[in-house]
Amino acid sequence: MSDHGHDHEHDHSRTFQPDHAEPTSEGARVGLALRELLIEAGHYTAVEEQAVIASMQGASPENGGRIVAKAWTDPAYKERLLANGAAAIRELGFELEPYEFTVMENTDDTHNVIVCTLCSCYPRALLGMSPAWYKSSSYRARVVREPRSVLAEFGVELTDEVDVRVHDSTAELRYMVLPQRPEGTADWPEEQLAKLITRDSLVGTQRNLETT
Amino acid sequence: MSEPVFQVGQRVRIDDRTPPVHHRVPAYAKGKIGIVERVCGLHGEPEKFIRGDGKPPQRIYRVLIQQDKLWESYEGTQGDKLEIEIFEHWLESVE
Repeated sequence: MSDHGHDHEHDHSRTFQPDHAEPTSEGARVGLALRELLIEAGHYTAVEEQAVIASMQGASPENGGRIVAKAWTDPAYKERLLANGAAAIRELGFELEPYEFTVMENTDDTHNVIVCTLCSCYPRALLGMSPAWYKSSSYRARVVREPRSVLAEFGVELTDEVDVRVHDSTAELRYMVLPQRPEGTADWPEEQLAKLITRDSLVGTQRNLETT
Repeated sequence: MSEPVFQVGQRVRIDDRTPPVHHRVPAYAKGKIGIVERVCGLHGEPEKFIRGDGKPPQRIYRVLIQQDKLWESYEGTQGDKLEIEIFEHWLESVE
């Protein structure tokens, strides 16, 4: 990194974070170079970047579990969540700026599944980093075109009585699925319910939650 | 803040065009007709971020499209639908 002929003085050790993987591809090298230029030009600081990465790494599907369990046990909250996802999620102390957030409810006759066909938009601030399959070109191309086949490969077998609704996250909204509450959990407390919720059920590649 | 041009339930057609810059409309949705499912907020226009800050912001709508209108010999049922976010300047009203 040191021998690259800049004619100005700056300290790369201050902007380059060793916890970024060493670039192994041309694209990664361009990405890191762009990052350094953005920091040098003052668009953001390395410290601000660290804070964003730390908050994404601190996020996990457990956050989604808290939101779903709250919605299952508090009908008024569920109503607010479905009407304005971002506002209702903020009520629980999560920060989601700058995106709008839409929560889609699974019912007996509707199953929702989320994709970003153009890139790999994912509610990282809330659910953490996305799984590799979500970013794969195979999932992104196929789940819009043949959602029932793709869902079957994830173990979700749907009859024709259930409508499939695919949500393509193409712009500034982020999505989360509100899975159905499993039978036999009527007397479960919220904390116990929250533990049932999986990452895949929040994306829609799982329909039934396991209670055992 | 500009008022939304389209309302929930309105039939709209997504433009079939390909500007030579980054834009957020996938090829499969271009030229397709759907129904406005939800009126969303104002956001920076993707095509304008190449030079500048995306201003003025544009309204986003969630457009609901029948799957069997998107794909030939679609595998599922008439009830299957796809929802996609489209910026206002990509939509026109369809009678």
